[in-house]
Amino acid sequence: MIKTKQSRRQFVKSSVSVLTGTIVATSGMLSMMAPSRSWALNLDALSSTDGESILVAAKTIFPHKDLDDAIYALLVKDLDGAAKGSGEVKKLLTDGVVDLDKRAGGSWLEVSKEKQHAIIKEIAGSDFFEKIRGTGIVSLYNNDMAWAHFGYEGSSFDKGGYFNRGFQDLDWLPDPLPEDSPAKM
Amino acid sequence: MKYDLNDSSPVVIIGSGAGGGTLANELCQKGVKVVLLEAGERQSTKKFVNDEWASFTQLAWLDNRSTSGGWQVSKDFPNLPAWICKTVGGSTAHWAGASLRIRDYEFKALSTYGKVEGANLLDWPITLKELEPYYAKAESKMGVTRTNGIPGLPGNNNFKVMYEGAKKLGYKDCHTGRMAINSRPRDGRGSCQQLGFCFQGCKMGAKWSTLYTEIPAAEATGNLDLRTGSHVMKVHHSKDGKVDGVLYTDSEGNTQLQKARVVCIAGNSIESPRLLLNSASGLFSDGLANSSGQVGKNYMRHMTGSVYATFDKPVHMWRGTTMAGIITDESKHDPSRGFVGGYEMETLSLGLPFMAAFLEPGSWGEDFTEAMDNYKNMAGMWLVGEDMPQESNRITLHPTDKDQYGLPVPNVHFDDHKNDIAMREHAYQQGTKVYEASGAKKVYRTPPYPSTHNLGTCRMSAKPEDGVCNKYGQTHDIENLFISDGSQFTTGAAENPTLTIVSLAIRQAEYIAKQLSSKAI
Repeated sequence: MIKTKQSRRQFVKSSVSVLTGTIVATSGMLSMMAPSRSWALNLDALSSTDGESILVAAKTIFPHKDLDDAIYALLVKDLDGAAKGSGEVKKLLTDGVVDLDKRAGGSWLEVSKEKQHAIIKEIAGSDFFEKIRGTGIVSLYNNDMAWAHFGYEGSSFDKGGYFNRGFQDLDWLPDPLPEDSPAKM
Repeated sequence: MKYDLNDSSPVVIIGSGAGGGTLANELCQKGVKVVLLEAGERQSTKKFVNDEWASFTQLAWLDNRSTSGGWQVSKDFPNLPAWICKTVGGSTAHWAGASLRIRDYEFKALSTYGKVEGANLLDWPITLKELEPYYAKAESKMGVTRTNGIPGLPGNNNFKVMYEGAKKLGYKDCHTGRMAINSRPRDGRGSCQQLGFCFQGCKMGAKWSTLYTEIPAAEATGNLDLRTGSHVMKVHHSKDGKVDGVLYTDSEGNTQLQKARVVCIAGNSIESPRLLLNSASGLFSDGLANSSGQVGKNYMRHMTGSVYATFDKPVHMWRGTTMAGIITDESKHDPSRGFVGGYEMETLSLGLPFMAAFLEPGSWGEDFTEAMDNYKNMAGMWLVGEDMPQESNRITLHPTDKDQYGLPVPNVHFDDHKNDIAMREHAYQQGTKVYEASGAKKVYRTPPYPSTHNLGTCRMSAKPEDGVCNKYGQTHDIENLFISDGSQFTTGAAENPTLTIVSLAIRQAEYIAKQLSSKAI
């Protein structure tokens, strides 16, 4: 079984390299898991308002129940990196934010969640939307924090695989017949 | 061993996967000199990584390809029609290990199914009976469970869920499969420790791969010259129409010409026909071995799809072998289901990163996040069945796009046949019933992944006008040119193809060695 406390410390430790320069924790690294915002985005190409707007767009596209903002921030950071490397991407993103504000009748960040959802629905399929969605598919789910959140256990070789660590531990269904699923040796 | 570029006595094999890697070893064991050209690099169990995206970058064939046609993959992954490998060992690095014999009736697809409109069906020029001794050799070589007295693997949680549903539904044949994964130490390799990263290269070396079985065995004979990072551009021929050499770019980026007595192509069903087409010459203006016009046509990829289901309680499907069990009850020809041919149902799991990418490409919003939120409670199966060969499903050379060597990239055109669509619908329904019977809360129909089973583009046929090669993989047009991979398949059958590719390679090696010693080629 996964020990929550220990594994949290582990993933936070291993996430540091990913997050260095991305997020500055204001009250210790563990605060990144707190539901409230306790970090700030350091962006190279995008303004912090652009970053904030894209983060909210990402949360609207991927409306997980209780996924910490720090994980969405990884997506923003990846987009910022892409914008740094390409003027075209930067323009796509900054124009996209301008468009969000326009559709919100002023400030995208200040309209209601319902309105934000309606706006995202309007722009679904656009290049701006697809840039966020396509990047998010990788950025949001390919990091230690997300793995801990969703219960995915990542690399197993270093722990000896699951041979003695629960590959057959499902106990809410009967065990298959031994001729169909032989006992482990 | 190093052979001189001007030495024209070796057999040159292109590709080191299930077909090429096996053929190389079988020939070397018989004392035949072999140059094995592999486009990818040599990895090892040590270098494999338990990380989906990192492993994908390490192993996958990522050279640009284009797609067309109505298939979903073309929409979801327009430049990644196939998920296969560019590495020593080829796709045996990432295959799941399922090792099933093609069934007797499937070798006789045309005779069994009759003419199917729009399908280019044909009987194989070989029968199951002819191939049986080679299947037996392959199963022994690969250490397939439930053959040769080798016990089946223990089933994991994902298997338990499928098994319960299968039994409740009345399916009779559900077990942990015939897998080329050691259930106990064998052949100098350890047993499966249930890592759950079969697709990322088995770090235990428990799953058979030519990388650490056939290739080192071939090297030990002193007859193998393996050249990695060597991408073949063109096969050359002499004035009398026999192949006599292979032009390739070596690992330093230099162009080299290796002379050859025999050339065997095993680059998988996209690259193999592409190479024949790229080798067009004054004498063979439509490409090598293409007098039938069938090179690149009849591309098959198996009818595929996946069913994932979420439950109230945890499954942890990623723990243990990726393909942990099978239901074979639907693998039969029963036209009353509304289609010809059959399909297998095999458990499958994806890690969180790949689940996000493949569950429903392009999807977003609550439907998507709800599924991901329940990832821990998810079980999954892959549906794999016989698809119809169609002439219009084909590999062609792109008119304008070029790869890093300046060669036209392959375009992969595919449209589902209506038989494929009917079979997929049936398979989705049955998969759904299985999981509902074991208590699923919600069931997801996942569309096909980029193709892992690429078949048929240089098919074998009794008559030269119907296909590219004969029953030994020898091309009808050029007697010292062979096809040694899944491109040879006349039809796709329902079974995962690797065991058949290996069996055909063993048989082909026997044939080539005889032909060489009798100076026939």
